[in-house]
Amino acid sequence: MSEQIAHYSPGTHPDMPAPASIVGLRGWLQQNLLSSPLNIGLTIISLYLVYIIVPPILSWGFIDADWRGETREDCDRVGACWVYIRIWFKQLMYGRYPVTELWRINTAYIVLILAFIPLFIPGFRYKHWIGVFLLFVYPVFAFVMFHGDTAGLEIVETPLWGGLFLTLVIAVTGIVASLPIGIVLALGRRSNMPVVRALCVAFIELWRGVPLITVLFMSSVMFPLFMPEGMHFDKLIRALVGVMLFSAAYMAEVVRGGLQAIPKGQFEAAQAVGLSYWKLMGLIILPQALKIVIPGIVNTFIGLFKDTTLVLIIGLFDFLGMAQAVATNPDWLGFYVEGYVFVACGFWIFCFSMSRYSQHLERKLHTGH
Amino acid sequence: MAADPDPLSVPTAAPPAKPAVWNDPAWRALFFQVVVVGFVILVAVFLVKNTLNNLERQGIASGFGFLNSTAGFSIGETLIPYHEENTYGRTFLVGLLNTIWISVWGVMLATILGFIVGVARLSTNWLISKISMVYIEILRNIPLLLQIFFWYFAVLRPLPGPRQSLSLGDGFFLNNRGMYFPDPVLEDDFWLVTAAIIVSVAVFFVVRRWAHIRQDRTGQQFPVFWFGIGLIIGVPLLMFFAAGSPLHFDYPALKGFNFTGGSVMSPEFFALWLALSTYTAAFIGEIVRAGILSVSHGQTEAAYAVGLRRGPTLRLVIIPQALRVIIPPLTSQYLNLTKNSSLAAAIAYPDLVLVFAGTTLMQTGQAVEIIAMTMAVYLTLSLIISTIMNWYNNKMALVER
Repeated sequence: MSEQIAHYSPGTHPDMPAPASIVGLRGWLQQNLLSSPLNIGLTIISLYLVYIIVPPILSWGFIDADWRGETREDCDRVGACWVYIRIWFKQLMYGRYPVTELWRINTAYIVLILAFIPLFIPGFRYKHWIGVFLLFVYPVFAFVMFHGDTAGLEIVETPLWGGLFLTLVIAVTGIVASLPIGIVLALGRRSNMPVVRALCVAFIELWRGVPLITVLFMSSVMFPLFMPEGMHFDKLIRALVGVMLFSAAYMAEVVRGGLQAIPKGQFEAAQAVGLSYWKLMGLIILPQALKIVIPGIVNTFIGLFKDTTLVLIIGLFDFLGMAQAVATNPDWLGFYVEGYVFVACGFWIFCFSMSRYSQHLERKLHTGH
Repeated sequence: MAADPDPLSVPTAAPPAKPAVWNDPAWRALFFQVVVVGFVILVAVFLVKNTLNNLERQGIASGFGFLNSTAGFSIGETLIPYHEENTYGRTFLVGLLNTIWISVWGVMLATILGFIVGVARLSTNWLISKISMVYIEILRNIPLLLQIFFWYFAVLRPLPGPRQSLSLGDGFFLNNRGMYFPDPVLEDDFWLVTAAIIVSVAVFFVVRRWAHIRQDRTGQQFPVFWFGIGLIIGVPLLMFFAAGSPLHFDYPALKGFNFTGGSVMSPEFFALWLALSTYTAAFIGEIVRAGILSVSHGQTEAAYAVGLRRGPTLRLVIIPQALRVIIPPLTSQYLNLTKNSSLAAAIAYPDLVLVFAGTTLMQTGQAVEIIAMTMAVYLTLSLIISTIMNWYNNKMALVER
């Protein structure tokens, strides 16, 4: 025998490479796609599913799509007609807001983004001032910018607001206003005073038990009845009131979850050092509880963001409402799909990134074991 | 036992002075609650007074009398007979039944789809798991209303007319008037088959109980499952053929410009049903996945170690424990689906919101009564669903001693 047989003392044998069936492409395929006859069958079925779904979508959306041109004649209708989206882009984004005044919305967007950037810088020291700015100064600033009538800005009535801009206005107002109301309701629900508790439970369960659309109907038809004669609110305000009440109830439940997660010792310790109720809540309990429920708040926000589309039923032209409205333009009839796909992509990007962010926060805030 | 005076005891301090009334928690609470109640009453009085004023100014009589007046509009899809001369009360009933109808169908399809998606998400097959992930991430991040619009305006409405219907196999046709499918027609002797089903189900329960008792006593198992399948499917089937197949199908057929015969599912219902159930299925999928993952792997290993095979492990060990985690969030998905069915109003499926809170409100102007009734209906439906699911949850819950 010409081959030499090496002798190793125990524990000195060099590591051998892993067998080919568990490493590399082949190993991966074998483990993940072809591990058993059933899996082979499932893989074939899934490949077929992918084959019948993905290529047609790609060729419709990209390969056969029409990107250039100004009129519907530039689209051959084999693929998607993105010309349509380009022509109506301003309407989808800003509604019927006057074109000469669009800089106002854009400025407010830019200020918002600039204010948000430091929040993502770890170790930035003045985050709470930015929070104060965003919660108290920015809404006033944004309202002045959007609505005008002061600071020499031309007035733009709310019926002209629309598109993605209106969606953002409703969603952000809803969430910003619902958080404090929700906190108060959650505290009320856990209060020792039976009357306060009963009122809060009734309020929360009422709004959580009915669909948003009935709340919007209510705020659009009953709100005018509730107000004294001659007092008039525009449609947007009424919708906002509905959205706020509705999301406050959901927010209250999220905050309650956080309150329940705080160990009783925290309450007792705070009481033992002589803190009053509001100091106990404001300094000890709420900071911890709210931190726990940030992912829940983000999730509520995602839900609210998607639900804002319902305002189109009471006649506001939000992102989806605008897509629906331009699809009935006589020159551009029959482009529903393009509009929906565009709006869907818009919503998807917002919601997906928020849900990823909330998952990231969940991991980051998971400071337990 | 009387306490002896203890020489080591510390003399007790005098009891603390009674706090001033404004520092006494009990009095404070009482005061605060009185203030809150007073405030709520003030707001309520303010609102009611304004409402009464406004109603009087608009010349609308309040009360539920309007329910007895003639509606005067027709409704496309009804589960109970309805025509224009019926009252608003009947309109309410029609809308309510349609809401329940779509919710029940939606819950069924969403549950089936959701469980498939959730299990697929956990599959060891990479492709299957990724497809299901893409499904979940796409569907749950797009507003439901947009999905309903998509199915209705972009898929079902642009379909060709009845003459160019798409044929989906034997007797199924899809066109812009909806989905046509064969209608089963029961003949006179069909009651024999119904009776056979009832009897075999009853027998099955008796046998199951007997098998259970016998296993407890002797340890011997009885193949209840296969016996049950054989009994419940086999016996009625035998009876069906013995009675001379007392069932035939009424196939839809193209006559002139439209189909006659068979049943039809309207595009509105179809779009709403598809959108509601695929959307909710994405959420249910995630819930199912989380539920199954919550059962620790040790449970599976322990079950294998005591000699259970894969089927019984799933059925007796994993699923009962996973269900405990799944049921509470599943309940809230069912509630969401029911509430979301109100989006029907956007594509004119005649549910409660459309025919009652929409059309009836426009015609009568009885905003307060109608909105209150609509909200009460949804609250009641929510309450019923959560009661049923709570009952089921309690049944499945861990029995702790």
